[in-house]
Amino acid sequence: MLRDLQLVAPELILCFGALGLLMVAAFVGDRSLRLVNWLSVALLGAAGLVLLGPAGNGGDAYLGLYRADLFASFAKVLIFGASAVAILAANDWFTRDGTHRPEYPILVLLAAAGSGIMVSASDLLTLYVGVELQSLAAYVLASFQRRDDRSVEAGLKYFVLGALASGILLYGISLLYGFTGTTLFDGISRALAGPEGISTGELFGLVFVFAGLAFKIAAVPFHMWTPDVYEGAPTPVTTLFATAQKVSAMALLVRVAIEAMGPAADGWRQIVIFSALASTILGGVAGVGQANIKRLLAYSSINNVGFALIGLVPGTREGVSSVLFYLAVYVAMTLGAFLCVMRMRDLDGRPVETIGSLSGLSRTQPGLALALLFFMLSLAGFPPFLGLWPKLLVFQAAVNEGYVALAAVGIVTSVIAAYYYLKIVKTMYFDEPAGAYEPGRRTATGVVIVAAALFVSPLGYLLIGPLQQASLNAASSLL
Amino acid sequence: MIGLGHYLVVSAILFTLGVFGIFINRKNIIVILMAIELILLSVNINLVAFSAYLGDLVGQVFAMFVLTVAAGEAAIGLAILVIFFRSRGTISVDDVNKMSG
Repeated sequence: MLRDLQLVAPELILCFGALGLLMVAAFVGDRSLRLVNWLSVALLGAAGLVLLGPAGNGGDAYLGLYRADLFASFAKVLIFGASAVAILAANDWFTRDGTHRPEYPILVLLAAAGSGIMVSASDLLTLYVGVELQSLAAYVLASFQRRDDRSVEAGLKYFVLGALASGILLYGISLLYGFTGTTLFDGISRALAGPEGISTGELFGLVFVFAGLAFKIAAVPFHMWTPDVYEGAPTPVTTLFATAQKVSAMALLVRVAIEAMGPAADGWRQIVIFSALASTILGGVAGVGQANIKRLLAYSSINNVGFALIGLVPGTREGVSSVLFYLAVYVAMTLGAFLCVMRMRDLDGRPVETIGSLSGLSRTQPGLALALLFFMLSLAGFPPFLGLWPKLLVFQAAVNEGYVALAAVGIVTSVIAAYYYLKIVKTMYFDEPAGAYEPGRRTATGVVIVAAALFVSPLGYLLIGPLQQASLNAASSLL
Repeated sequence: MIGLGHYLVVSAILFTLGVFGIFINRKNIIVILMAIELILLSVNINLVAFSAYLGDLVGQVFAMFVLTVAAGEAAIGLAILVIFFRSRGTISVDDVNKMSG
């Protein structure tokens, strides 16, 4: 019993911390904002530190409902880190609009707890509870600026499509439960590996579960909510969606595919191949005409999810580790890009979101322009930057198992997507300055931008060794 | 005699109705919320039917979880609907169009 509590310690800290802070916020009111903000970041840090103990790699808890392994720990470090950055970034952002409230960091904590449960789930019930805890917090976060038309609309769209996705996922879960007779991942895997092969009912369940999860990672053909929600939601929230939530849903998908449905790999492989191809192509092509930078980053995230899915296709240890490596670098690049977007405000202090207004940023704010240049070139996968490396690993994993055509299409779409990343660079460096910006301000996020920029710069190559070792170790706990 | 198959057919029909309710509905958002409930309840029929058929309690426990979460989901959906109505003065599906997509 005590052992089980130790294993779920990160989620316990986040849940009880969030409940405690909610009490503080309720009784002290908006004056508690600073305190709640910093305590939330501290709680995320504590939850990360606990991973050094048994919670990091301690095995199964609660009769196999929850699994604390290196795979989950890898994802949790990314999730907690990205959530902490989303809290820090929001502090400056919402305070200036006068809409900051202590509920924001608390909701982020609850979403992080849900994400943690998702990546550690080893039972369909835990999976569902984790997904819902994360999603319910996310719906509220998306409509957090409730006097802003676009934010409210983003929340509504996210809610309707997210609830539909949960429904599809649940329907798949109910079929899997009925036809395999268990909800434990190991049990499902054993049933699928049985002598009579995969029944039609099980196949239907598998398809529905993958469709539901594809919604959550925003893979084509279930991506249609992404551009609208990313554009409408407040930028710190979009940052959270594009990083922490993407990581948790992707890690969950990998775990379900390998741990629960490993024996049915031939069944899900076609789905994942189709989804990967469609995501990279659509993410690359549809982003070209976008004028709003948040919409563009939404298509960029769809494109990136496609690449990560290519790594899942072979279903090997090498492939899974390449997915994890991809996610780690993707989180750094995306966090950096969104933090740069958040720093752009016109002279009246209003946020600026159109790409045209980036004109001549290199002359008005050279430091910010340089950081954004790093993130864009890294997202495009240009050689000296770190963004090239995860793409290489993913393609290598696919080619080694004979999926040459898949990798070839991936490379072509990565060239197409490079167009819009380069367009931003061109606008910043070669166009005449569009309008005055307010001068840069010193905020906590500046440090994060510099750190992320250094990480994606060629200096980050020094970290490739440790990161690759960590992702291989994490992948070994699945395969 | 009513067997597992009958329950599964009813549940599949309800699920399909729910999905169509979301996509074909052009009127108002409350109908969408009802369609979502329909989907979740169809899943519950599935879970309970399988649970009885397999003689395994997990399905019924799962159904309890689904009911609880569905309540929370409906509460959040209605809350978002209320702030949407406050800002636009309408709950028509056609008016959810500030952003193209």
